[in-house]
Amino acid sequence: MPADPEAVSAGVFVALADPNRRAILTSLAEHGPSTATDLAGRLSITRQGVAKHLRLLADAGLATSGTGSGRRVLFRHRTEPIRVAQSYLAALAADWDGSLERLSAFLDQGES
Amino acid sequence: MPIPNTITRTVDLPHPQEKIWSAVTTLDGLTGWFGSQADGVIAPGEDVVVRWEQYDNGQRTLAIKVVDPMSVFAYCWGISGAPAGDPRRTYVEFALEPTAAGTRLTVTESGFAQLPEEWLESSYQGNVQGWGVELEELVAYLDAG
Repeated sequence: MPADPEAVSAGVFVALADPNRRAILTSLAEHGPSTATDLAGRLSITRQGVAKHLRLLADAGLATSGTGSGRRVLFRHRTEPIRVAQSYLAALAADWDGSLERLSAFLDQGES
Repeated sequence: MPIPNTITRTVDLPHPQEKIWSAVTTLDGLTGWFGSQADGVIAPGEDVVVRWEQYDNGQRTLAIKVVDPMSVFAYCWGISGAPAGDPRRTYVEFALEPTAAGTRLTVTESGFAQLPEEWLESSYQGNVQGWGVELEELVAYLDAG
């Protein structure tokens, strides 16, 4: 596992750039752990397509598999890479320019 | 481009240092430009809660770290947008220095690129091995009941 926030974030953004992978992640977030067959049925993607995307999602650390009851292989999404990407987005969203403009206006206001 | 770990802004203001210090380190000051409401005590080790009406009354807690009169004010707060319970914090510092024409204010926020390895690794591994087992246990518990 690369312990590099840029690499983790890049993996998230690449994964989310594809509509089918986005659909799979969204469906896992919405419905919880699911089999590849569940996902294929829900999303109108072939089972092979789902399997391919799940592999890519697993490589990016965004999905993992486990065995549920009855030996069914269930996939679930992992939130940790998303949280790393979130701090990247927080850096881009930090609005110090806006805050400092408001501070400057506030200081000017006090001038008589 | 790597994730920017530190964001820095420097502004030269035509105002005296005391006035800027007061705007940055009093509840009235913070309410005047930073958020729409600020509550708490501005002293090291204390918390100040700032609320923003314009952002759905969102609020963030500032854990005050440094109050060095007229020169340095610093606090830590959570990563914006991260879920409650996320342990990561960024460090925000306001540094003031006098200039011929007024005051130079430097704001630095750092810690965006931190990757809490032990947290990440442990939750990765913990989740991978743990979730199936937990659900199995829940099912067993419910069945037993």
